[in-house]
Amino acid sequence: MPEQEPADRVRNFLEVPLGYGAEQAILEAKRCIQCKKPSCVSGCPVDVDIPGFIKKITEGDFLGAARRIKETNGLPAVCGRVCPQEIQCEQVCILGKKGDPVAVGRLERFVADYERSAGPVDIPECAAPTGKRVAIAGAGPAGLTAAGDLVKLGHEVTIFEGLHKAGGVLVYGIPEFRLPKAIVDAEVQYLAKTGVKIVTSAVIGRLKTVDDLFAEGYDAVFLGVGAGAPVFMNIPGENLGGIYSANEYLTRSNLMKAYLFPEYDTPIARGKNVAVIGGGNVAMDSVRTALRLGAENAYIIYRRSRAEMPARAEEIHHAEEEGVQFRYLTTPVAYEGNEDGWVTGMRCLRMELGEPDDSGRRRPVPVEGSEYVIPVDMVVVAVGTTANPVIPATTPGLRTNRWGYITTVNEETGETSRPGVYAGGDIVTGSATVILAMGAGKKAARAIHEFLSK
Amino acid sequence: MDRILEKEELSESVWKMVLEAPEIARKRKAGQFIVLMTHDKGERIPLTMVDSDGDRGTVTIIFQVVGKTTRCLSEMNVGDSLFSILGPLGHATEIENFGTTLCVGGGVGIGVVYPISRALKEKGNRVISIIGARTKDLLILEEEMKATSDVLYVATDDGSYGIPGFVTSVLKNVLDSDEKVSRIFAIGPVPMMRALCNVTRPYGVKTIVSLNPIMVDATGMCGACRVNVGGKTKLGCVDGPEFDGHEVDFDLLMKRLRMYCDEEEKAMENYRCGCCDGR
Repeated sequence: MPEQEPADRVRNFLEVPLGYGAEQAILEAKRCIQCKKPSCVSGCPVDVDIPGFIKKITEGDFLGAARRIKETNGLPAVCGRVCPQEIQCEQVCILGKKGDPVAVGRLERFVADYERSAGPVDIPECAAPTGKRVAIAGAGPAGLTAAGDLVKLGHEVTIFEGLHKAGGVLVYGIPEFRLPKAIVDAEVQYLAKTGVKIVTSAVIGRLKTVDDLFAEGYDAVFLGVGAGAPVFMNIPGENLGGIYSANEYLTRSNLMKAYLFPEYDTPIARGKNVAVIGGGNVAMDSVRTALRLGAENAYIIYRRSRAEMPARAEEIHHAEEEGVQFRYLTTPVAYEGNEDGWVTGMRCLRMELGEPDDSGRRRPVPVEGSEYVIPVDMVVVAVGTTANPVIPATTPGLRTNRWGYITTVNEETGETSRPGVYAGGDIVTGSATVILAMGAGKKAARAIHEFLSK
Repeated sequence: MDRILEKEELSESVWKMVLEAPEIARKRKAGQFIVLMTHDKGERIPLTMVDSDGDRGTVTIIFQVVGKTTRCLSEMNVGDSLFSILGPLGHATEIENFGTTLCVGGGVGIGVVYPISRALKEKGNRVISIIGARTKDLLILEEEMKATSDVLYVATDDGSYGIPGFVTSVLKNVLDSDEKVSRIFAIGPVPMMRALCNVTRPYGVKTIVSLNPIMVDATGMCGACRVNVGGKTKLGCVDGPEFDGHEVDFDLLMKRLRMYCDEEEKAMENYRCGCCDGR
């Protein structure tokens, strides 16, 4: 797939891959051998009929292909860009055994973009109104997916979003160069056209509690609020100026458009020597944002080795191409600052890999006496997120586990300990992917429909 | 929704606005705040609610023009709509019958301490209040504070009105008197709150301060507002905004508040008109 050249793209926020043209898409689609028992479908958390939509592409029926995907996936333009296909559909593609698997993600992206540019998108027909009302907390991937499925089944759906814009991690977390916000806006508008009501700047647990929602006449509630709380490492100097959580750094840049300051009012630090701690997609998004904001040295500081990094292969590849410096087997232990309280250096330890831990990855062990300092003027801590306690704290009887994530009594349905209350996505599983949250939203929608049909 | 219903200049560059926000008004308790955006390219700024009226569906804010967003807000007019209002946020003030309480407000901080004094009064406390400003013209809410306080002291730095000098010296006199003060609420500029806490510490009277760190989402998501309280990192937005002032690291707070000084200046340079056209 053609891409912007690394030397060009590190100076702009435009999308990196340029996408297939029609000819390329048809060529790629023809590689699919249309397996009788396609394992790719079972590799998809939302059961997209992959051979089905690819067949449509080979026939040149791109709109038909888009419709086929949308039967089970409401956000194809998003998923085509941000799904970790290499551990899902593409991993199990039969062609992958001997060569490259079919580029399912790129094809999905192509048809979704084609449909969007082809004019008004078809609005699916909804079932007759059931008279039942569902409230959804959180307009991220889980909530948007659940809303899309429930509204089609004839229920009246209202999403309550805490931020001033719908999209959740798709708008505050994932940068423009990886997921253009116009795409998210289009997906949200599509949902609104199907009849979903979206209320922004409404934090469930503050403006209204879950009990308030039932009192207002909602028949069921879905909680898809994500794992929104930042995790810090609790090491000395971590509150110095210039040290951000990834949530803050990315929210400033993506949601508040601080990269366009002063056209937009929200400021953001533009570090010259930037260290990003972590090895996931969020760390890659942060470090690549820092490069685009003028960093001369942008480091990924990761305590294990390249093989253990959880980021999507494509993100790591893009970061490497763009000149990110990877410091593997390294962990920060303290920060140094100047008299203004701004960070000037990061004291690090080298690590070596020991025995495998609970996650099956080899545990990093510090090498004694290996401490050294990396000069930095900005740091992004991207070591994960955790549950925001506001809903559990204001919802009596809603059980959580010891980390504060909402416990579901049935994983397949998202039912919680409170009747009529369902949950899915990161607030149940902890930080995971867009597509897994969408899968959870889908399952919960099915279960809520059954609950409301009783 | 989100319309400005009333606007009044309380003193130079200090404004009071009544905003239409029915659902927030119904839930709001003393000490809580809102986050607002004036326009779609704006910043999210936190402002403590001074008052609310559940029946009328309004919340009241008082703010001082200190940067681009507050200036933009001050230039909006009755009938204009804000881009967004989010709330109520933060923990409400812990209000009990403590006995005798002391409410200290400095500058625009008087607007934050006023609803607390009123809630304390309604709970049956004896309320002694001290309000101060740099000069007479900058003093706000004197009448309102008089109504919620059993005793009200007024001080100005330049001696143009009331007791000459800082609120801290008045505070010390009250603590040295026969009054048995069991809790203090002190809200104002950070240096004032720090000085105040240093005065009250030897007396061992719990002193609650309301902090105003920089925030972005203000719902516990970003950590911009982290403060050090008792050696632990807390989030101003969800753990606060009120904390035990004797445990707050004010030095860190001041440094973190200055993080974007250069950008704030730049934003003001680029400032052109009101925000009627979104700029």
